[in-house]
Amino acid sequence: MPRQTPSQTIGPFFGFGLVPDQYGFAGTAVGGGTMAADQVPGQRIRIVGKVFDGAGTMVPDALIELWQADRAGRYDGSAGEPQDRLPNAAFHGFGRVGTGADPDGRFLFETIKPGSVDGLQAPHVHVTLFMRGLLRHVCTRIYFSDEHEANLRDPVLCTVPRGRRDTLIAQRDDALSDHTYSFDIHMQGERETVFFDV
Amino acid sequence: MAIREPAGSTHPPYRFADYASTRLRAPTQAPLLVPEFLPGGTGPAPASAALSPLDADLTRNGRRNGEPIGERIKVTGQIVDEAGHPVPGALVEIWQANAAGRYAQPTDQHDAPLDPNFLGAGRCESDASGRFGFRTIKPGAYPWQNHPNAWRPNHVHLSLFGPGFGSRLVTQMYFPGDPLLSLDPIFNSVPEDARDLLVARFDLAQTEPGIALAFRFDIVLRGPEATPREA
Repeated sequence: MPRQTPSQTIGPFFGFGLVPDQYGFAGTAVGGGTMAADQVPGQRIRIVGKVFDGAGTMVPDALIELWQADRAGRYDGSAGEPQDRLPNAAFHGFGRVGTGADPDGRFLFETIKPGSVDGLQAPHVHVTLFMRGLLRHVCTRIYFSDEHEANLRDPVLCTVPRGRRDTLIAQRDDALSDHTYSFDIHMQGERETVFFDV
Repeated sequence: MAIREPAGSTHPPYRFADYASTRLRAPTQAPLLVPEFLPGGTGPAPASAALSPLDADLTRNGRRNGEPIGERIKVTGQIVDEAGHPVPGALVEIWQANAAGRYAQPTDQHDAPLDPNFLGAGRCESDASGRFGFRTIKPGAYPWQNHPNAWRPNHVHLSLFGPGFGSRLVTQMYFPGDPLLSLDPIFNSVPEDARDLLVARFDLAQTEPGIALAFRFDIVLRGPEATPREA
């Protein structure tokens, strides 16, 4: 059986290669912070956050990738689905942002709230995170603070030790009218984000 | 607390003492295993409609007023899954330093010249048999701050989107015979018996006589749960 090609760190200088438009280079990037075009149906939301290292210092050279289902809980490209489960063709559900592109080191995604993918799981967004000093990427999930009932029943959240579940829940900022959720990622420490083995 | 790797894994650990940046950035808790994490075989397939053939030729895609400086090389390979099945339609993105060991990224402060005719970024999609290819300039070595007199070996960064969420891979390709390899903590973070998987082979058959040398770098993505379904 062929052995998997080993992972290596993304290093500090991926910006001009993977998300050139965010770093002031010419060229069309594959994926960006704006995930949903105007014609995509769904509740508009923004997800904003930062990544922190074990000293509590903001990480200015991380790459965050999001992947999510559409409003009806359908993933782009899911083959073999019955016709009524076809995903929204205008929504690919993929975005990626480098934190070095923002003067404050934030990532900001403009997307839509995903639906439940199977009727069991609460609405969530998959996160893949790369950075210098991370020899393999890590994966986590964003859940939403205003889906409290669904979160309580979510089979994945229920496997997470109770004291760590909050690290996966993006907090809606009620002071803002535009459905902004904040979601910080902590690599280490008391609030170390739960990562998943996928 | 050490996170243990499964036996036979080719991947580096999160924390690797000789690579200083892992100290504050590696997670300390083992990733949680969640069954049925995703519906089988789905994952982001970033739209590749925007790709043009020039994207795969780094000797041309950054030109302003002449040719880039350095040794022209081809990098080709085949992408397969762990069952050996070719992976077609994978998005392959690469980025690298120029021949002098300097990245185009402004945050790279290494005192080596930028090449106005070389960007160092490219992308392509694997074909029906999982093959991909780039033409580029052999990247130079460069110093970094990890430890006194630390130098990164020549390398090309690669990012791959396979058919499933679990097949995502970011890695680095190295060159055969590089004396810096055995001194490099990032390369050495990989289990010893898997390091060769990151070293390209010189490929005489793929050289373009009079124009470019060639290196072959085959890639194995996680799978087979990630293989596309049979039609």
